[in-house]
Amino acid sequence: MTLPPKVRLVGRRLLQAAPALAGIIIITFVLTRALPGDPAVYFAGPAADEASIAEIRKQLGLDRSLPVQFVSYLRDLATGNLGTSISTGQPVLTEIVTRLPASLELTLTALLLAIAVAVPLGVLAATRPDSWVDHLCRFVVTAGVSLPTFFTGLALVYLFYYLLGWAPPPMGRLDILFLPPDRVTGFYTIDSLLAGDISAFGSALAHLALPAVTLALFTLAPIARMTRAAMLQVLGSDFIRTARAAGLSRRTVLFGYALRNAMLPVITTLGMVFSFALGANVLVEKVFAWPGIGSYAIEALVVSDYAAVQGFVLAMALLFVALNLLIDVIYTLVDPRLQLEE
Amino acid sequence: MDRRSFLKAGAATTLGASLSAGMLPFLKVLPASAATADTLVVVTGTTINSLDLHRTGTNRPSYQVSVNCYDRLLTFGTKTMPDGSLSYDYAKLEGELAESWEIAPDGDSVTFKLKDATFWDGKPVTAADVKWSLDRAVSVGGFPTVQMKAGSLEKPEQFEVVDAKTFRIKFLRKSKLTLPDLAVPVPFIINSTVAKANATEKDPWAMEYLHRTPAGSGAYKVERWDPGQQLVYTRNDAWKGGPLPAAKRIIMREIPSQSTRRALIERGDIHLSHDIPAKDAKELGALKTVKVVGTPIENCLHVLCTNLNFEPFKDKKVRQAVAYAVPYQEIFQNAAYERGAPMWGAKSAEPTDIAWPQPFPYSTDYDKAKELLSQTAFKDGFEVPLSFDLGTAEWGEPTALLIQEGLAKIGIKATIDKIPGANWRTVALVEKKLPLHLDNFGGWLNTPDYYFFWAYVKGNLFNSSNYDDAEMMQLINETLHMPMDDATYAPKIKRMIAKAFDDVPRIPLYQPNLDVAMRPGLDGYEAWFHRMVDVRPLTFKTA
Repeated sequence: MTLPPKVRLVGRRLLQAAPALAGIIIITFVLTRALPGDPAVYFAGPAADEASIAEIRKQLGLDRSLPVQFVSYLRDLATGNLGTSISTGQPVLTEIVTRLPASLELTLTALLLAIAVAVPLGVLAATRPDSWVDHLCRFVVTAGVSLPTFFTGLALVYLFYYLLGWAPPPMGRLDILFLPPDRVTGFYTIDSLLAGDISAFGSALAHLALPAVTLALFTLAPIARMTRAAMLQVLGSDFIRTARAAGLSRRTVLFGYALRNAMLPVITTLGMVFSFALGANVLVEKVFAWPGIGSYAIEALVVSDYAAVQGFVLAMALLFVALNLLIDVIYTLVDPRLQLEE
Repeated sequence: MDRRSFLKAGAATTLGASLSAGMLPFLKVLPASAATADTLVVVTGTTINSLDLHRTGTNRPSYQVSVNCYDRLLTFGTKTMPDGSLSYDYAKLEGELAESWEIAPDGDSVTFKLKDATFWDGKPVTAADVKWSLDRAVSVGGFPTVQMKAGSLEKPEQFEVVDAKTFRIKFLRKSKLTLPDLAVPVPFIINSTVAKANATEKDPWAMEYLHRTPAGSGAYKVERWDPGQQLVYTRNDAWKGGPLPAAKRIIMREIPSQSTRRALIERGDIHLSHDIPAKDAKELGALKTVKVVGTPIENCLHVLCTNLNFEPFKDKKVRQAVAYAVPYQEIFQNAAYERGAPMWGAKSAEPTDIAWPQPFPYSTDYDKAKELLSQTAFKDGFEVPLSFDLGTAEWGEPTALLIQEGLAKIGIKATIDKIPGANWRTVALVEKKLPLHLDNFGGWLNTPDYYFFWAYVKGNLFNSSNYDDAEMMQLINETLHMPMDDATYAPKIKRMIAKAFDDVPRIPLYQPNLDVAMRPGLDGYEAWFHRMVDVRPLTFKTA
């Protein structure tokens, strides 16, 4: 094989994901069935009797044996059919396709915001240990980690919407009288710009601000912490001393050598932060009535909505496989040592 | 101008004109003068999961689509409550699609004359549409069929098309529940031409089509449905079911977080917040900027259920001891926030009238409880798990804690057991295996016998106490279909209530309220047994 090493790396990582996905499919199927509670009873409604519950169980296909259910699930999956969520009444695939962009838009904005604040803060704190910047960094990090997101969210709503009236009502992604822009990416900010609708863009941005800040406050802590620690370690190492001794400018030392090396653990952290930011999304989505995937999954779990839970876990698994792949690829770009692995 | 004054004024433009623009030019619309708002915004914490009530898995919040977008043959009238608020009137049946109706002289059938109403597509509403719709309700199975059965509406053969505007229902038995059952959200009338055109061999009742696309004759059409986010109603100007609604558009927004809903109504960015917690109702009621309307939910009780399959509760005296050890007043203050009606402390052990619900002859009396318990085999107390549904934790949690304290005083050690909503129905109502638990059943049809039928008959869903008594069973069977003005009705109901007092498998705590917060300018809100917002009579006037 004469494939370039990077392509081979990507290929190998993709192959490694296959058994993980197979495992996830089996485990989610078994786990959702192991959930206590009987969806047939739940969906039979307030005044159902034995006969109507049995009827509904049959309609849902829950009267068949588990292996039979599993085979028909696999068959559906192969054709891209994730089933119909019984709690929302919509095909699971449609739900995921409409809701995932909302969650991603929120999470990515929050992450960018967090990086923009956390990385400079971490670098400054590392270059001036025990100065006021370092203390500020420590304070922000502690606060960010220890304040639950729903609390930060509610506090921000109280201050900026309820008291000051600067923020729009926390009622979702757009003002109540706007229609969503034509769907291209599913990100309202981008789609409204593509549609050339500046006022919709403004509304989308205004609605995005508070939830994104809430989530950013939560995610910037590990990033700032990691940047600071990594920078301190790198700044204390031999090659930085050598560089300084060689008379390189402070700027070159800091950004040319130190930061690039310190970025590696930060990127790993970013991958992790992204995943738990998606988890923390659930609470933020609830507070801001954000129509994302987290709140959808929670609702589905509460009512034992098998198809929705399976679809959600599968979508998340695919997302994580893709994310890990992306991180690995970025790694090879940033870290020259990885290319030598032959 | 800001968003609020805009909503006050209402959008003067229609959506149709601005659809192409992609948005409403709301900054350009200025209030002309004091006027009735064209657009209303209502928020709820629940999600609508289908536009068709008959579909498998349709949840309670979706019933509002049946109320607002469809008509039934009959509806209930309106009455004014003692506090001046409005409520539906179970005693007064009115025609919605029916112009008039007449019971046959032999009392075996009822014949309806239909109004000259049209469906949204302009097609007239005919008796064939009515028959198709009622056939559907009794045939699809699940909840709709069960609810129809409660009104003795069980088979398609009962429904007969006499001519295009005349429709007859043959009675299986003479029952006072049949006509009221035609006014609940279930038997709504569908445009059968549209539905049949979209039916398939596998789906003869067009469940898939009507799930997303209502086809009715009701006051509002669905302009837009974003599941999990919002439902937008637009007015049907040709509505014949009642007086034309004032608002042209109504936006139902789903806001999951209660704190957010409260902030929105306090700030005045919305017009109505439906089904708010008792605590908020009490606090918002004290504000001048928000109007809170609370209506006791008819035929509904929050109760503590003792399960007769659990050894100690087989003894009536133990159940009575528990009923004397419940700190009613504290529960009413800390769980109900004094909203609702107290259901304890009646003077006499014999009911004086047939009002239901009515206070039970128990109050907090630990000495009496101890004395009763000492007469049983369980005088040294026992241990019992006390369960509640996490979905009702707002009142369930404080109530359970207070009951735990009360029971501890007479030597009964209760351990609190919280059960997630999905499991609740299975363990509490279907398997009926929770020894001691909280329940909040309410019957749609407002007669005492209907409540007793569901909650005191062995095997019926809401009899989670496994109560089984031959005399009670006989009384229920005799009264369930009997007209309420029958001479033997009242004595039998009194006997039923007296038995419920004495046997206490279910210990009532209080009758809950349905609380709704709205802007002071909003009028016309009416409370319904189905606990959904009927948006049709809502009007909002700007000052």
